[in-house]
Amino acid sequence: MATTFVLNGRSVTVDVPDDTPLLWVIRDGLALTGTKFGCGIAMCGACTIHLNGTAVRSCVTPVSAAAGSEVTTIEGLKDHPLQHAWIETQAPQCGYCQSGQIMQAASLLSSNPDPSDADINSSMNGNLCRCMAYVRIRNAIKLAAAEMRKGGES
Amino acid sequence: MKTLAGRPTAAPALPRLTRRGFLISSVGTGVTLAFTNPGVLMAAPAGKPFEPSIWYQIGTDGLVTVNIAECEMGQHVGTALARILAEELEADWNSVRLKYVDTDPKWGLMLTGGSWSMWHNFDLLSRAGAAGRMTLIDEGARLMGVAAAGCTARDGVVSAGKKSISYAEIVQKGNLDRRFSPEELEKITLKKASERRLVGTDVKAIDVPGKVDGSGRYGIDAAVAGMVYARPIMPPTRYGSSVVSIDDSAAKNIKGYLGAKVLDDASNTVPGWPVAYGESFAAVNKAIAVINVEWKKGAAAGVTETQLREHGEKLIADKNAGSLMRSDDGVDEAFAAAASTLEQTYVTDSVLHFQMEPANALAYEKDGTWEIHTGNQWQSLILPALAKALGVAEDKVVMRTYLLGGGFGRRLYGDYAVLAALASKSIGKPVKLVCTREDDARLDCFRSPSVQRVRMAFDQGGTITGMEHHATAGWPTEAMFPGGLSPGVNGKPYDQFSINGADHWYDTGKHRVRAISNDLAIKSFLPGWLRSVGPGWTNWALESFMDEAAHKLGKDPLALRLELLKAEGRNAGSAPNAVGGAARQANVLKRAAEKAGWGRKLPKDTGLGIATTFGQERAMPTWTACVAQVRVDRKSGRVIVEKLTMVVDAGIVIQPNGALAQVEGATLWGLSMAMHEGTQFQNGQVRDTNLNSYTPLRMADVPEMDVELIESPHTAVGVGEPSTTVVAPAIGNAIFAAVGARVRRLPIRPDAVVAALKA
Repeated sequence: MATTFVLNGRSVTVDVPDDTPLLWVIRDGLALTGTKFGCGIAMCGACTIHLNGTAVRSCVTPVSAAAGSEVTTIEGLKDHPLQHAWIETQAPQCGYCQSGQIMQAASLLSSNPDPSDADINSSMNGNLCRCMAYVRIRNAIKLAAAEMRKGGES
Repeated sequence: MKTLAGRPTAAPALPRLTRRGFLISSVGTGVTLAFTNPGVLMAAPAGKPFEPSIWYQIGTDGLVTVNIAECEMGQHVGTALARILAEELEADWNSVRLKYVDTDPKWGLMLTGGSWSMWHNFDLLSRAGAAGRMTLIDEGARLMGVAAAGCTARDGVVSAGKKSISYAEIVQKGNLDRRFSPEELEKITLKKASERRLVGTDVKAIDVPGKVDGSGRYGIDAAVAGMVYARPIMPPTRYGSSVVSIDDSAAKNIKGYLGAKVLDDASNTVPGWPVAYGESFAAVNKAIAVINVEWKKGAAAGVTETQLREHGEKLIADKNAGSLMRSDDGVDEAFAAAASTLEQTYVTDSVLHFQMEPANALAYEKDGTWEIHTGNQWQSLILPALAKALGVAEDKVVMRTYLLGGGFGRRLYGDYAVLAALASKSIGKPVKLVCTREDDARLDCFRSPSVQRVRMAFDQGGTITGMEHHATAGWPTEAMFPGGLSPGVNGKPYDQFSINGADHWYDTGKHRVRAISNDLAIKSFLPGWLRSVGPGWTNWALESFMDEAAHKLGKDPLALRLELLKAEGRNAGSAPNAVGGAARQANVLKRAAEKAGWGRKLPKDTGLGIATTFGQERAMPTWTACVAQVRVDRKSGRVIVEKLTMVVDAGIVIQPNGALAQVEGATLWGLSMAMHEGTQFQNGQVRDTNLNSYTPLRMADVPEMDVELIESPHTAVGVGEPSTTVVAPAIGNAIFAAVGARVRRLPIRPDAVVAALKA
């Protein structure tokens, strides 16, 4: 049945079964392929998006849960300090997990502007990076957090 | 050595391409710069059209487009290759573009693996760049009316005093037809290290921005109008299973389900496997959950990891089994005359590739050509299989290139592309075949379990007089590319990729290295090449054993290694690839030990362990050393890895920050495989198929790390793999240093530590 939600600021209506994972609706139905499929059981984080501003795993989120909500994907995260920091630290290797990593980190920074290493580890531990670029991801989050705090002061 | 597309396939024999000429010629919109075969000019070899391999072009707009035939899987390979070329070309880096090319015979062998990309291309691209620069200078000088000798090139501009002309203008106005013979190319003097401005200097990798905004296109993102989705229904065993019946009655009412078919595979890659189709991936998933397939199971359905291991032990006990990679005269005599001997057995369990992007491919026929859209590391290997499976000539198959969501050796084999192609042929529509994570694990050509026995003979004075290393595993090269096996000294073929590492640079007297194919493994599953391949197990045995030998002799493990890395005779090393030989291995060991504070007093139950490797092949050594600092909880057997110190001498480093990233990742891979991963072959399948039970290292598990690349003027070798293989033995040795418990099985589990403490 039809479900309507806001995707990256634009209202969309899709006609798929209610239990269709949001991941496939976004990727295949709406052709935004930046959100990735990794494990299908919410344990790798590659499919992380924001549902009303909070990071969720879209592979286990039924489309019905998005009805009337705001969905943000990596494509909707325009010019985020995290993306600059990711480039600055040259964090990505294969890059496949990085959309999810960045979406998870964005969610973290929205509630915690100055996370410690422990905060970062605990928030990011559900995001697998198989290339194991973890050190750079952590550095990138700290760099972006610092930039955002600076931005907030000015 | 068998060859594919005219080029040898295994690393030690990969040509340096010094016997190829170089052709520079004007084309419609610019100038192309191409390698030619020796002696071949613009004439066609008998019966074949002339097809020069074109590696870069300079357009009339001055843009330098570098064709990259290697795949991008996280190593930023295109940026590094283009830096090599741009260095000698004196190109303006900002005008350099990358083009990751699709398959075409003109590219020769398309294979990205073995950490070979820099080593294989450094000289080739340097000379290609230099030839281009020389030609542009000559023509620029002519256009400016000055002598070429007085011209310099820099940042895409040729200058002579106050006069200058851009490469773009030279390409627009000049006549750039010129040919370099192999001899002329070889005579070109390349820059000295001190003259380089791009190689060895950090630059932001060109592929990274597309990896932070979702715009990068991976295989799984490929799409075409009218495509349907498919998933394989995985057989209970890789080989020999056949479908008795498929009951999809419960799936018929699932919206979007299109049916299931059994594939007929003339290439024998995925014979008799069924696939289910649907209008969406979600529909396929729902359908497969309720489709019942009755199977006639293959023989491996009763095979377990324990049986594979026991079979390996039996093979090792059979003196006549296997192939001798090396066998000095007098090994048996050394052991017969020994005052004492040491012998140990080491085991490694199965390991999954678990690349983040599950196997997938989009396949369809268009105008008589099969289009295969997927990420792949060895297109030259799978393209003939695709053609055979589809029943078409190889020139009717093209593989389109995409980013790889992880390679690690998994995508050296393109069985998933065959699945997609046959699925498309079978239903007569474009098919996007996507594996779920569980499918991917079951389809994986995972790392074979291994068993190894290492022996050493000592004389009265404690001098090592002989050494034997026997290793058995399922050989990936035998399974997937039997033409790539190497002849052993006893005439029997062996998989160099399954024994590399055992042929070490230590002087340990008379030496024998024996590789044995585990035939039960080969029959039961498809063993794969996994990051670093053989040294993943051989170095676990070798470097654990070196530690045990040191303790037997009452010597410091570092001191014994340094003593044995004499750099004499066959271990002296030779130009161009192994200048310095074992002395450079000793150097990285010393440096790692110094950085880690080797010999310092440590808290209770804390220890340092050291290990080293030369990478994969003696012909392309990457000198690597690791010190691990661990703390062991004696009660639980839990090992906390506190710090890893890694030192790598990879010769000239093209992209230092990129190389560091590779070493960081490889180091953590090594830790992950040592402590966090490992599965079991169980009744024809791997036991662990998703992250609920397969547990690669996460961010919180990352220890303190200190990674250093040695500055070196020597031949550029590889950095992607070697660091993976030193971490486990360094940890094992550190556990022994901390609490006196010796572990000989990977992964290292707490119960094994507890058991070793009691032993």
